[in-house]
Amino acid sequence: MTDVINPPVIGGGGDVTAVDEHVVEHGHAEEHGPTGVLKWLTTTDHKVIGLSYMITSLVMFYLAGIMALVIRLQLASPSSSLLSFSQYNELFTMHGSLMLYLFAGPFAFGGLANYIVPLQVGAPDMAFPRLNALSYWLYAGGSITMLLSFFVAGGASSFGWVAYAPLSNATNSPGAGSDMWIMALALTGFSAIFTGVNLVATIFYLRAPGMTMFRMPIFTWNMLVTGILILIAFPVLTAALIMLYCDRHFGTHIFTVSGGGVPVLWQHLFWFFGHPEVYILALPFFGIATEVIPTFSRKPVFGYKGMVFATLSIAALSTGVWAHHMYTTGVVLLPFFSLLSLLIAVPTGIKFFNWIGTMWRGQLSFKTPMLFCIGFLFAFLMGGVTGVMLAAPALDFFTHDTYFVVAHFHQVLFGTAVFAGFAGLYFWYPKMFGRMLSDKLGKWHFWLLFIGFWLTFIPQYEVGLKGMPRRVAVYPSNLGWQVYNQISTIGAFVIGISFAILLVNLWISWRNPVPAGDNPWDAGGLEWFTTSPPPHHNFTHLPPIRSERPTWDYNHPDSPALHHGKPTGPSSGHGGDGSGGTKETVEV
Amino acid sequence: MDSPSAGSPLARPRRRLPKLTTRRLALGAVVLSPLVLASCQLPTFGGYRGATKQAVDANKLWQGFFITGLCVFILVAFLILWAVLRYRRRSDKIPAQTQYHTLFEIIYTVVPIVMVLVLFYFSVVTENSVDAVPASNVQVNVTAFQWGWRFSYPGHNVTVIGQELQNPTMVVPVGENVHIVLRSSDVIHGFYVPEFNFSRYALPGVTNQFSFNVNHAGTFRGQCTQLCGLYHSLMIFQVKAVSPSAYEAWLAQNSTSASTTAYHANSSTVQGGSS
Repeated sequence: MTDVINPPVIGGGGDVTAVDEHVVEHGHAEEHGPTGVLKWLTTTDHKVIGLSYMITSLVMFYLAGIMALVIRLQLASPSSSLLSFSQYNELFTMHGSLMLYLFAGPFAFGGLANYIVPLQVGAPDMAFPRLNALSYWLYAGGSITMLLSFFVAGGASSFGWVAYAPLSNATNSPGAGSDMWIMALALTGFSAIFTGVNLVATIFYLRAPGMTMFRMPIFTWNMLVTGILILIAFPVLTAALIMLYCDRHFGTHIFTVSGGGVPVLWQHLFWFFGHPEVYILALPFFGIATEVIPTFSRKPVFGYKGMVFATLSIAALSTGVWAHHMYTTGVVLLPFFSLLSLLIAVPTGIKFFNWIGTMWRGQLSFKTPMLFCIGFLFAFLMGGVTGVMLAAPALDFFTHDTYFVVAHFHQVLFGTAVFAGFAGLYFWYPKMFGRMLSDKLGKWHFWLLFIGFWLTFIPQYEVGLKGMPRRVAVYPSNLGWQVYNQISTIGAFVIGISFAILLVNLWISWRNPVPAGDNPWDAGGLEWFTTSPPPHHNFTHLPPIRSERPTWDYNHPDSPALHHGKPTGPSSGHGGDGSGGTKETVEV
Repeated sequence: MDSPSAGSPLARPRRRLPKLTTRRLALGAVVLSPLVLASCQLPTFGGYRGATKQAVDANKLWQGFFITGLCVFILVAFLILWAVLRYRRRSDKIPAQTQYHTLFEIIYTVVPIVMVLVLFYFSVVTENSVDAVPASNVQVNVTAFQWGWRFSYPGHNVTVIGQELQNPTMVVPVGENVHIVLRSSDVIHGFYVPEFNFSRYALPGVTNQFSFNVNHAGTFRGQCTQLCGLYHSLMIFQVKAVSPSAYEAWLAQNSTSASTTAYHANSSTVQGGSS
């Protein structure tokens, strides 16, 4: 057991057999597999599955973004006839469902984590490659089911992405669209659970020799914690969805008053999933920022261990704050949930100071991934500050379900899933495809996105405070709300243009590739030690692993991380543990 | 290892980031004092000053949180901007690889905890005042339904119903505790009056109660906040606050048999209602 948790350090006695043998055997099983389309359909390679996840989730992102633009067009005038009431309700329901369930989560822990985590821990693949493929295909099936629901009689579901009972029951929301929504989420939920199992198992059992827990990159740490949160949260959602389906079709009365059921139970179950879900959608992106900022500051992450414990405490607290989504129901004990919600600001603040401390006295270069991370810091700062306000019940009472909340959670999720998420795309794209994205177009993408982001959401705070509820298709014209909505709509279209630029960038890199090399950013993670793209089982050689940035240690043996001027532990450089010269590698 | 001996951060800043130390400590005083000093003289920061006693309390909490949030935002944004501008890459030299600084880590953990506890204290005080349901002579039973509102005045045989494009008006007296008993007859709705700085869900199967005390005459718009189906956007109502005598007169005029429905408060009869 100790060997698994703390594998022997590579290089000590040249003990190559310490590397798992099954790994090597497994390596030959698939090398002569199919190519082309058949490869994408049958693969169990974590890299191909990761890319499938990312491509699918980006399609969902663009579709949901187009829905957002249509919604914003509708709201640009007080009583627009662009959409009917039912079309409007369908669109915001699907916008939220696609963005939250089918983009943000799958992009991060299905896509990036799948691709990057095995590389960062020096593993040849995920722990359960076939389960991994099953995860993807469940997710793909869920996505298709969700999209097809637009085409059934009665249209797509229209009860909002939170599906509050009893609006979501068979009486109030008849039609197959709602059932397909439930099914799509159940499929995606199982996919997430399987991916969570896979990530946790991979991180616990497939780390390369030398990669102790406290030498794991923060991105991997965050994915471990995310995996654990998924295992806590998603089974609850899946169970609640099954209950809802039973209420709709089998005559149970779990959420129906008439049979003795309790509608608010849905909210408890949903938010017991929903608030950990917020951090399932945030922690991976914190992890991306914690890879990018040190790389472009040429420094180790500041306060590594504090950051790990901050992440763990965010996860722990997040399981006890669900009722802050339910203050206005008046049926929950408020101060307890208020205190826990406010306390989350503490570890989140720690992370901010870690990121700032990492940049402090660094040598910052502002390539596209770093710019996106700076954008993430500002966006998430604003979302975090308004989140503290919402944690106070007396303030939540008059901001809940208004545009203030809409602005708040869009700033949080935009900060994480969009700014940090696309920082991750720009950062790891060279590793995934061996070619660069244009930095110039990347900067255009960033600045338009950054401007559009503030234009879109700052007016929403104000119009929310003035009393505009969310999810309304029309609003009175005599209250002065229109100008805020119009600014917001303009901002949304600026964001839309910025993402068209990303498509151009991807197209150019596809047609006129600029080779990236193995480590274009001089980054520290193990993934930068192998080729771009990595070979079938990731590594032919591994460097000694003495810290969370073995590639940096290998390339800069004279620049180990410092604690009050002294190297932190036996980390990089000239092995205090008898490992010999740093330029040695171990064949896998 | 640094240990944060008492007074040392201010008196003897450590080697690194000395400005940051003093800034963090100054923050405590700067940030927390507005909460204590929050008064009506402050701007509303985009919110409503509040048309009820409860709303005024909530607005004061809002001002305190807003100022605290603004200070935190400015401080952190300044630090980010400073790092971005000051530490731009100027050479290929590898900077000092500092990874830990125990004193700073303790400070930026402890200071936020203290701030959060102070914020929590004020939020509980305000919540208790906003949530209290004192004894009252005026009760209005509110029933939300798809897609409208029923306001009935028990003991007076007065009921106001309105839906979609015929928005109902709830008439209440100024300066008295109004006890609202809130129910829903179908799905979840939200009773929300922006200028009262308050909303509460109408839940099927649950009776929610709250109270407000309007501090000046006027008509205040209200709207459903919780998505409730097709015509959620049109579930609008008004609360009209009039003098107690005008309120009594309005009750008397509209008091008939229980089955009678008054779609609108007749505005001419409550014209004299302003304080």
